[in-house]
Amino acid sequence: MIATEKKVFARTPVLTPKMTHYCPGCGHGIVHRLVAEAIEHYGLRERMVCVAPVGCSVLAYKYIDVDMSEAAHGRAPAVATGIKRARPELFVMTYQGDGDLAAIGTAEIVHAANRGENISVIFVNNAVYGMTGGQMAPTTLLGQKTKTSPAGRAEKLEGPPIKVSEMLSTLDGPSYIARVTVNKPANIRKAKQAILTAFGRQLDGKGFSLVEVLSPCPTYWRLPPQKAAEAVENWMMKTFPLGVYKDKEAADGKRAEG
Amino acid sequence: MSGNDAVVEGAIRAGVECYFGYPITPQNEIIAGMAARLPGLGRAFLQSESELAAISMVHGAAAAGKRAMTTSSSPGISLMQEGISYIAGTRLPVVIVNVQRGGPGLGNIAAAQGDYFQATRGGGNGDYHVIVLAPDCAQEMLDLTFQAFDLADQYRTPVMILSDGRIGQTMEPVELRDPPAKKRVEKPWALTGAKGRPGHYLCSLLLPVPELAEHNRLLQKTYREIERREPRGEAYQTADAGVVFIGYGTCARIAREATDILRDEGLKAGMFRPITLWPFPNKKLVAALPKAKALVVAEMSTGQLLQDVRLATSDKLPIEFVGYTGGEAPTVKELVAIGRKLLQKPRNGNGRKK
Ligand SMILES: Cc1ncc(C[n+]2csc(CCOP(=O)(O)OP(=O)(O)O)c2C)c(N)n1
Ligand code: SF4
Repeated sequence: MIATEKKVFARTPVLTPKMTHYCPGCGHGIVHRLVAEAIEHYGLRERMVCVAPVGCSVLAYKYIDVDMSEAAHGRAPAVATGIKRARPELFVMTYQGDGDLAAIGTAEIVHAANRGENISVIFVNNAVYGMTGGQMAPTTLLGQKTKTSPAGRAEKLEGPPIKVSEMLSTLDGPSYIARVTVNKPANIRKAKQAILTAFGRQLDGKGFSLVEVLSPCPTYWRLPPQKAAEAVENWMMKTFPLGVYKDKEAADGKRAEG
Repeated sequence: MSGNDAVVEGAIRAGVECYFGYPITPQNEIIAGMAARLPGLGRAFLQSESELAAISMVHGAAAAGKRAMTTSSSPGISLMQEGISYIAGTRLPVVIVNVQRGGPGLGNIAAAQGDYFQATRGGGNGDYHVIVLAPDCAQEMLDLTFQAFDLADQYRTPVMILSDGRIGQTMEPVELRDPPAKKRVEKPWALTGAKGRPGHYLCSLLLPVPELAEHNRLLQKTYREIERREPRGEAYQTADAGVVFIGYGTCARIAREATDILRDEGLKAGMFRPITLWPFPNKKLVAALPKAKALVVAEMSTGQLLQDVRLATSDKLPIEFVGYTGGEAPTVKELVAIGRKLLQKPRNGNGRKK
């Protein structure tokens, strides 16, 4: 079992050999690896720019060896738009957390999606603000306790969690939107497929693509890594079902199985 | 053509490659002009969803090594402060035009100069400066746009053209010249895809204390160099002037007219206008005051330029201050009256009624 896994996930040279600073069991490291593998798959390393967010993955540039730009908190889709319009020949992606993308950067993501901006977005949804110490995120689940919802998120006070994939798929602009997770090997393989599809859309000039990745944050879910991985399935996926939410290439945009 | 149209001409002739902006009066002619002209030239134009996004798009295009600009007016420039701080910290060359209007808040759409402190003191968070250029006519809206792009590239810094609604909207003859032929500054740091090299990371984020401290020392070194090399100002009739008017933009025009009228009356008035508001032309101003007994500072704000004049002159000369806001401006008549009062010597020792 272990030997097989090693083969499937052999380290791509797009990843630097550095140890990441992520907590044990954090989804960010896995998502980095999938992104790096997709970069290698399409041979993008020397013709791309990634826009890093403000959030736990603000140091992603240390781990993925490609040209990278910073963006102010939430503005990654706008910075990516600037790069793409300046150099359409480059592959341009953003990597964003849920606070970054679905709170402070809501306007930027909605309008980039609606323009059908030919960029790819990796959206890491961990239902919490990791970097600032576990506060409530727009995607925090009802009842979830965080530093700023100590009694649990209440619909009456804070509203229900924002479902980004569903919301953005109401727009006509995007080409591909899918929600995946990285809680276990089978799902990791599906997540990689979705990322490959998303990147492919940009390479084919089809426009905006986004992959939402449900990602465990054991630290601020206050769970051991294994339990956090299980919680993605038993708890998070009840509010955020996996699937393809928009697929302009497929005739009816039919939803894939969770 | 209008000053706003001159900015469009100037930017296109200076080789702007990407423009991003959001509509706001009194600078809408610029965004409309860019929309009409850039796509046909194969250059990027996009109306953004906000000024926050516009400045971030400029951030991205500049990071990709292209000549990028945005334009706005006061409330929009306030929203851009976030991005400008990031751009300054990342050392990216961009050009920003602020066609100032009345504030605070939504204020009104009349010409004003209330954003002087915001422009010259940094404006966003952190210790940084942007070079601030102050045109006083449509021709300078064109000429200073050329210079803005060159200065931005040369020093890897944001450059702001601080204009106002009156200069932006007034129609004047403009000589449509081209910028002087200059070699473009190379941008080896730009994000172009990491071909045959490790990835570049362009950022303002430097978590280790010594790294950020060192980065700030580098920024400050650049600012000191800019302060040494780039201060600009125009002295007019100042060599023998006993009273010197000081103003920028619209107020410089009013002061120049007042100077001419007083000179026609045989009174020794002069005018000095800073062309760079940061770096403020301290030495040039002092050099323009060999005979000055008093200064008159005129601005469409309430003592912002005044502060820089006091700093430059170490408060050694008495200053009459004329400040208006909300779209009101000093008048030529008013400045002439002040000039007369200061310059006409009482005939007999005891002062004399006019
Ligand atoms: C303008 C601004 N406001 C607030 C912050 C502080 N801040 C940094 S990261 C962050 C939230 C990050 O959460 P998320 O996007 O979910 O990413 P995660 O850390 O969970 O991966 C906040 C609020 C900031 N850097 N800039
Ligand atoms: S705080 Fe959460 S999101 Fe951040 S590194 Fe730790 S586990 Fe990952």
